[in-house]
Amino acid sequence: MMACLLEAPLRISVLSEVTATSRHYVDRLFDPDPQNVLQGVIDMKNAVIGNNKQKANLIVLGAVPRLLYLLQQSSSSLELRTECAVVLGSLAMGTENNIKSLVDCHIIPALLQGLLCSDLIFIEACLRCLRTVFISPVTPVQLLYTDPTVIPHLMSLLSRSRHTKEYITQIFAHCCKTPEHQTVLFNHSAIQNIAPLLISPSDKVRMQALKCFSVLAYENTQVSMTLVNVLVDGEQLSQVFVRMMQRDKPIEMQLTAAKCLTYMCRAGAIRTDDNCIILKTLPCLVRMCSKERLLEERVEGAETLAYLMEPDVELQRIASFTDHLVSMLADYFKYPSSVSAITDIKRLDHDLKHAHELRQAAFKLYASLGSNDEDIRKKITETENMMDRIVSGLSESSIKVRLAAVRCLHSLSRSVQQLRTSFHDHAVWKPLMKLLQNAPDEVLVMASSTLCNLLLEFSPSKEPILDSGVIELLCSLTQSDSPALRVNGIWALMNMAFQADQKVKVEIVRALGTEQLFRLLSDPDTNVLMKTLGLLRNLLSTRPHIDQIMSSHGKQIMQAVTLILEGEHSIEVKEQTLCILANIADGNTAKELIMTNDDMLQKIKYYMGHSNVKLQLAATFCISNLIWNEEDDSP
Amino acid sequence: MSGPSSGCGFLMSVVVHGDLALNEQEKDLNQRLRRLYPAVNEEETPLPRSWSPKDKFSYIGLSQNNLRVHYKGHGKTPKDAASVRATHPIPAACGVYYFEVKIISKGRDGYVKYMGIGLSAQGVNMNRLPGWDKHSYGYHGDDGHSFCSSGTGQPYGPTFTTGDVIGCCVNLINNTCFYTKNGHSLGIAFTDLPPNLYPTVGLQTPGEVVDANFGQHPFVFDIEDYMREWRTKIQAQIDRFPIGEREGEWQAMIQKMVASYLVHHSYCATAEVFAKSTDQAVHEELASIKNRQKIQKLVLSGRMGEAIETTQQLYPSLLELNPDLLFMLKVRQFIEMVNGTDSEVRCLGGRSPKSQDSYPGSPRLFNSPVHKASSSQTYQTGFDSNYCNGVSSSKGHTLAHSHKSCPRTMPSPELGVLNGSRGQQTNVGAEVEMEVDHFSNGVSESSSNGFLNGSSTHGIDLEECDGDMEVDSAQSKRQLCGGSQAAIERMIQFGRELQSMSEHLRRERGKNSANKKMLKDAFSLLAYSDPWISPVGYQLDSIRREPVCSTLNSAILETHNLPKQPPLALAVGQAAQCLSLMARTGSGSCAFASVDDYLH
Repeated sequence: MMACLLEAPLRISVLSEVTATSRHYVDRLFDPDPQNVLQGVIDMKNAVIGNNKQKANLIVLGAVPRLLYLLQQSSSSLELRTECAVVLGSLAMGTENNIKSLVDCHIIPALLQGLLCSDLIFIEACLRCLRTVFISPVTPVQLLYTDPTVIPHLMSLLSRSRHTKEYITQIFAHCCKTPEHQTVLFNHSAIQNIAPLLISPSDKVRMQALKCFSVLAYENTQVSMTLVNVLVDGEQLSQVFVRMMQRDKPIEMQLTAAKCLTYMCRAGAIRTDDNCIILKTLPCLVRMCSKERLLEERVEGAETLAYLMEPDVELQRIASFTDHLVSMLADYFKYPSSVSAITDIKRLDHDLKHAHELRQAAFKLYASLGSNDEDIRKKITETENMMDRIVSGLSESSIKVRLAAVRCLHSLSRSVQQLRTSFHDHAVWKPLMKLLQNAPDEVLVMASSTLCNLLLEFSPSKEPILDSGVIELLCSLTQSDSPALRVNGIWALMNMAFQADQKVKVEIVRALGTEQLFRLLSDPDTNVLMKTLGLLRNLLSTRPHIDQIMSSHGKQIMQAVTLILEGEHSIEVKEQTLCILANIADGNTAKELIMTNDDMLQKIKYYMGHSNVKLQLAATFCISNLIWNEEDDSP
Repeated sequence: MSGPSSGCGFLMSVVVHGDLALNEQEKDLNQRLRRLYPAVNEEETPLPRSWSPKDKFSYIGLSQNNLRVHYKGHGKTPKDAASVRATHPIPAACGVYYFEVKIISKGRDGYVKYMGIGLSAQGVNMNRLPGWDKHSYGYHGDDGHSFCSSGTGQPYGPTFTTGDVIGCCVNLINNTCFYTKNGHSLGIAFTDLPPNLYPTVGLQTPGEVVDANFGQHPFVFDIEDYMREWRTKIQAQIDRFPIGEREGEWQAMIQKMVASYLVHHSYCATAEVFAKSTDQAVHEELASIKNRQKIQKLVLSGRMGEAIETTQQLYPSLLELNPDLLFMLKVRQFIEMVNGTDSEVRCLGGRSPKSQDSYPGSPRLFNSPVHKASSSQTYQTGFDSNYCNGVSSSKGHTLAHSHKSCPRTMPSPELGVLNGSRGQQTNVGAEVEMEVDHFSNGVSESSSNGFLNGSSTHGIDLEECDGDMEVDSAQSKRQLCGGSQAAIERMIQFGRELQSMSEHLRRERGKNSANKKMLKDAFSLLAYSDPWISPVGYQLDSIRREPVCSTLNSAILETHNLPKQPPLALAVGQAAQCLSLMARTGSGSCAFASVDDYLH
């Protein structure tokens, strides 16, 4: 106790001592003699370098507004203004809190204003500080775009020196986060200005310029289309990127160049069968997934590769046999490894931090790999513990992992064979159902879409899912605001109703309610309408079912059919509706609903003479069912 | 080194064929192989260039320069399998080795398309597909499995068929192998491979045809990019190699090596400055260094007579104890006489007035002015002026030195320019005599030696400069012994002396084929009207003085119990030797660690 009592005042005195020296630095900024002020700023600079405590002290003591004032005063000497920018840059190098304080003091507009000065040294100091502020995650990037004159001015400064090149490209690379940002930069000739920097003698400049192109081209057709036609020193840009992917180049450069080409390819600017994609970008990204790479690089590599080959089955096939990619990805699930837990606490921490990212990246890549080819899906499901990993991924705490796992499951659920075997063996429907209970929309879309496949007639999971009370859940999905969820809900019901028991059908109709059914039939989304008609068609199959449902809901259904046949709908919709009519005609008692409806018979007649063959056929099918029934009834 | 000779062989065989296209292909092949595998010494370990007509099963037919393989057996059962190996095993010095096989035809329908591409050791049964036996490895087209010395395969890659190009890459650094299909890497297939494997292909279906590409054509897979990665890895390993535990130890060792190198080659001024700035002791007397330097200069300027005299003077017993060395020097002297550069014929030819002034052709010269040296007065003046020169030029000296790429010429011409007055040259000549005496007297009180350096080399250097120029002009005229009849006579007389010396040596010490050849080659010069363009004319090249010079230098150092090779050269030699040893013992990383990469 005594010791504590003695220690406490001691600490305070040390602290006050520190604050006193810091106070002294700040006081000197207010000296009437400009020469003393300059010396004060220089001393401050030397005092804060590498000293986070000192930085925090000075910020608390209000050095920042004064430094900014001095920096902005045109009466200050250039030397003083430059030193102020340097000190501010040094303060920005500290903690995130420092950056927040600087941004709160409006450092960004002040420094941007400073760029209008003609002195290069001062400009460079301002840019260095701006760079440090902008690359911090706590700085709102929008601040770069508030004043529309800033971007063109930065473009004009770009080629001034090695440092302006480096800092400005670094700022752009970090502050281009939305399509709007891309457009602003593009409109101010970012491509023409930055392209020559790709062959700069400075490694840093080359790297930052490359990063700019990767953020500019991401999901941007306009930029991508422009990029393919750019020449750098007589060479096509894509070839410059290919050279940057050479295996002796720094990994960061290889990876970023591969991203650029990936984005250009996805935007349609480069064909997927171009050698620079098939023989260079794809193998480069596969290499990034290897065990030799850092965890961060493996995450980015896998995500980029997944994105590159998503729409192209040939790329998926090539990737599936390149460098054992499928089994290489299995390693992504082994973090934190049991070894790291014992040996190295630092590594454990590092592994833990990246474990989720690794898992979700692997799931994404598996999803992309298996989205088209049955053989690849088989290869994936045969990977060690694959289904178990997906099952546990579906219930992970990280939303990103859950989403990726369900994407992967969805991709694999397109395989009839897998639905029949591994999906059932591992009872994937259980975690999937759980996931559907309470999840954000993007997860729900994927999960319900997967559920659609699991409810297909030949899926052995269909029965247990039915028993788990899925119908209510699917009906509630059909009331969602999201068209994708409505489609999936009704789609799943449609699949469920296919060749189902009377009991199930009745339950569907009951749970959905005719009101909701009619609402869905007038849904603005054609997909929803089509699947709802499909559901009706599946409900109205086999004679007893038809008669049973029509006896209880005949009136409403006939109304709906009339409505659709009279409305402005596509051929497909009308065809599907006529098919429903044909099914109704197949019923024993149900057919009377048509036979007694003159208007309906007229409509069928009309469609028999329709110019579209599909509609003609469907209408004829209707008539045939009506007649066949009659024959059957009169022995 | 091996490239050109093997290239020659190819060109000759091409001439026999008289096929121009083939000629081009061979050229391409040689060029590509040299670029891919620069570390391979093909005299020791030739690279595979085709399939071996001798090392194959009888069901295998070869065509198209032994690059195309076709199957001509029944193909009914696995007993009908047949393989062929390449002409040579893969040398370890490749580091990374690669070849490709293109499937021209998958064979007749109705058969399972057994086809294996891979590697096997010498002696492995050829009536089998690669991979089925011990020391045999293969990737099979019918099922895409890899076979690692076993009859049962492991799932490995996709299947392959007509039109596909399958590549096989052996990494001799980590002893692994991966395959490629149409330019896409399929990942590691085998690990822990044994050394000396041959590219191998095996077929088992009638009508199967495959073509090999051992470098005749560009590869579909970018193997050079893969090699770049490994080169970077190996070089990073070297760069990061942990050195010396204690701080500064490594640096001190390097400084020592540099200093000893400078001393060895008698760069006295540089050596001294270097030693001083790195705080080291020089282990040889400066005077001694300078003596060696002087002798080396004489040898390198082709003035062998003087070099021999000086050597005898300064190291009296050296040549007596080394008659073979003396003989070599004399043979060189004879060659220099033919060249017209040796001082004995130069004075007769009347083409070197300056050296005539300083060295009036008489070897006695060095002995005569002994008493003069004791005259401190003359000495002092000479010394003073040189001292001044030395001081004023010492900076220029080292500076100039660093510009020189060729270590044999000291930068004395600059010194002469610094002196400014041409008239001084004769003075300098006189001083040389004195200093030579000074050294021959064995006075070793050269305390302020750094500056003596400048002065001692001074006279000789100036003349050497002149001498070199005259050599050039003499060569452009190219007259025997510089064109003087007297000189020719002297040369012939000298030749006779040399002949009798040779006979004497043989009687005394028995036959020595090296000596015999040396003499024969030298005398052969006289068989041609223009020795310079004769087949033996290379002997006249001044570059031939260098081995003589270094042998003599080493011999002198040995008598002083100093290493006959500087540690630096020794280390470089050892490193190079180490690399070739690695190549022989199968360590592939030698491919990406050329010593030359580290010598700039």
